[in-house]
Amino acid sequence: MTIHEHDVVVVGAGGAGLRAAIAAQEAGADTAIVTKLHPVRSHTGAAEGGINAALREGDSWEDHAYDTMKGSDYLGDAPAIETLCKDSPKETIQLENWGMPFSRDDDGRVSQRPFGGLSFPRTTYAGAETGHHMLHTMYEQLVKRGVRVYDEWYVTNLAVTDEEDPDDRSVHGVVAYDIRSGELHGFQANDGVVIATGGLGQVYDHTTNAVANTGDGVAMAYRAGVPIEDMEFIQFHPTTLPSTGVLITEGVRGEGGILYNSEGERFMFERGYANNAGELASRDVVSRAELTEVNEGRGIEDEYVHLDMRHLGEERITDRLENIIHLAEDFEGVNPLEEPMPVKPGQHYAMGGIETDENGETAVSGLYAAGEAACASVHGGNRLGGNALPELMVFGARAGRHAAGGDMEAAKIETGRTDEAEAGEVDSPVPLGEVGIEGGVAADGGATTATTPSEVVEATLEAERARIEELLEKEDGVHHAKIREEVQQTMTDHVNVFREEGGLKQALADIREAREHYQDVTVEDPSRTYNTDLIQTIETRNVLDLAEAITVGALARDEFRGAHWRKEHQERDDENWLKHTMLSWNDGDPELWFKPVVLEGESKTYEPKIRSY
Amino acid sequence: MSTQTPDTKEETEESTTSTSPAQARRMEKKRRRAEERAEEAQAEAEAEAEEDTYHLKVFRYDPEVAGKQEPRFDDFHVPFEPGMTVLDALIYARDNYDPSLTFRHSCRQAVCGSDAMFVNGSQKLCCKTQLSDLQEPVRVEPLPHQEVVKDLVVDMQHFYEQMEAVEPYFQTDELPEGELEEQRQTRENREKIKMSTRCIWCGACMSSCNIAAGDNQYLGPAALNKAYRFYMDEREGEDVQQHRLEIIEQEHGVWRCQTQFSCTEVCPKDIPLTEHIQELKREAVKSNLKFW
Repeated sequence: MTIHEHDVVVVGAGGAGLRAAIAAQEAGADTAIVTKLHPVRSHTGAAEGGINAALREGDSWEDHAYDTMKGSDYLGDAPAIETLCKDSPKETIQLENWGMPFSRDDDGRVSQRPFGGLSFPRTTYAGAETGHHMLHTMYEQLVKRGVRVYDEWYVTNLAVTDEEDPDDRSVHGVVAYDIRSGELHGFQANDGVVIATGGLGQVYDHTTNAVANTGDGVAMAYRAGVPIEDMEFIQFHPTTLPSTGVLITEGVRGEGGILYNSEGERFMFERGYANNAGELASRDVVSRAELTEVNEGRGIEDEYVHLDMRHLGEERITDRLENIIHLAEDFEGVNPLEEPMPVKPGQHYAMGGIETDENGETAVSGLYAAGEAACASVHGGNRLGGNALPELMVFGARAGRHAAGGDMEAAKIETGRTDEAEAGEVDSPVPLGEVGIEGGVAADGGATTATTPSEVVEATLEAERARIEELLEKEDGVHHAKIREEVQQTMTDHVNVFREEGGLKQALADIREAREHYQDVTVEDPSRTYNTDLIQTIETRNVLDLAEAITVGALARDEFRGAHWRKEHQERDDENWLKHTMLSWNDGDPELWFKPVVLEGESKTYEPKIRSY
Repeated sequence: MSTQTPDTKEETEESTTSTSPAQARRMEKKRRRAEERAEEAQAEAEAEAEEDTYHLKVFRYDPEVAGKQEPRFDDFHVPFEPGMTVLDALIYARDNYDPSLTFRHSCRQAVCGSDAMFVNGSQKLCCKTQLSDLQEPVRVEPLPHQEVVKDLVVDMQHFYEQMEAVEPYFQTDELPEGELEEQRQTRENREKIKMSTRCIWCGACMSSCNIAAGDNQYLGPAALNKAYRFYMDEREGEDVQQHRLEIIEQEHGVWRCQTQFSCTEVCPKDIPLTEHIQELKREAVKSNLKFW
């Protein structure tokens, strides 16, 4: 039994994980990253548009905060939003100081451009490949600092104690599978574990996310008892290529790109979807507008609309958006200098995730989360373009520093079940959660007799070894690819941009069926060497738990807010729904509850207003 | 064939002895069943195989699975759809014919750099290589000149070590005062380093380079390009520049390059690698002349 010991263990090596590791190491902790991909393969590298930061005269963090709160449709928590907007400038300049090749203005300063939902052009960018440069710049800093990276090690579970009340639990490390050798090792974290595993786009079939984005960290934390928050809020990006889901940055519209329907109408204005902001309304608004056009027969090939940037001219396009030319050519066979690009909405981002406070801390002691896997909550009902990259930096740094025992101001957001928690109910047609535990309770990850941190890690290691052996030993059954396809299909059919009660219930039934199939899942590759069949089988379990969580939230929330549109409920309902949807795994029998949104900021309270663009 | 599989004879025996008889039986049974299934699926596909399928010949190797310890090629007939890439075809073959078919991939959009392979005899990024541009049968092999871990997965460790050998991080001791002060960089200088910053660490260039194949210590095109990216960045001071020249000028540095352009030809991000190496050579000469 091999146990590695570090002060801080960071799970995942995208933007948030790298930033957390750098911060933890700077705070004096012996830090290690455990990641299923080599860091430069992480999907932060695919982010295109930019980093919102109030850097210039005429702009302020307060304006950025206002835009973000409005963009969130008043479901973001003010302390988290204000933290983001206050810290973003210094984090952005830090990247510059680390050598990141930002695009430059004539005076040599970093360039900024307009983005959807912003009152000031504050999206700081490096061509249309900002994420690539950010990821590589941070990895370079990691190399410089000599932080230990266990790459191609897949974390299968968190080592968490098993007190009855999840809020009393603590994390002491993780268990990870060395993909190359097939060995399972424990990683004891003396100070803390930071989850930075990114998105969960593989819950859907048309997504801008990578194949690796299976929401592993969110699912593991959920099953360990950490509440997950606002899972129903999924962002569908309005401009993805129809055949692959490859993202076309909002920067195209930021620079002046125009959307047209099949009748050649500039529908954002001409059909009245956003009379002021037009193409630069927030993403949820534009995605619904596009699908409405298609559904009403004004789409092209009944599927997509056109995004035209030819009028910007080759010079400007090459200067600021060159990567888009390559993406459109390579993945859709279209030269955007000569013809408009076909685009349609695609799953892009999960606003919800692991509940944290503005210091990245969760309800389980020693466990932190940052980036897309976390929900602080900055994005609420809808994330503004250009707000994900600063979130990685700001909350990655805070979570890392905090995990390492660095000094932090006390958080204003409370996590876990406080006195303000309100019980919830959802009208599900099928049982939820673990299959086969009705009546009994199968604790997940619980290590009953373990008391010391190393015993908790050892016990988790044993449990994970048994789980993996069982998966490898099962001789006949269903293949994970089939189960994943079932889930993706029902999520795409029923839990997409437009949602209605019947469809959501159908999705819950379909997910239940897929869960039952998973009872018989089998790994066909018998090898211990680089067994991707096994890894995908474990990932599929995570996809199942998260698909269910998204759908439960979507069915419970009978109002229309941000990205969450309900056919039967066409109004935002502030009286009943200024609250976060919380889900606790409850040892396999998921429990829905709510907690109020925090609208009180540092020096003002954000009053919900009608959101129009 | 230049694909290298490790000499695993000893390791194999060792791992066989450490495997319990039950596990060995199970593995054997699974393997046979998987093979039968793959054969059935292939037979079906071949029966349907008209001109709308693509024929792939895929390199297979697994150090611990009987029947795969000796490298071989498997045939897959994949139904063709317009726009289908080599990666799409591999995914299809894996999900429908043989779940043990192993390859790295993640972003599907040419930015994570995971899926560089040797396709019809040249280094390609599979996710941006259209099947329709290739002659059948499409031969897919792991990147040459690297040890094969399994099937199409190679050991990237040496590549990473070379990248890290050039101190691939920004260095300056002249940061402007003040937390919110940025360094200035001209648009021209940013343009100058732009192509070099596009590298996605896929390893195609290194794999295509004859010099790197013969000299394991040669830094190789990707690492030298990384050095170029920092050397040319005006934000680093002159002292750092001088230090960087010392690294790239060493025995296994820029002077090893014989300008064969193979790296430039295979780079999926169109980085003019050979040109960058040539420029660094000129800088090294200039700097040496200065000290005479």
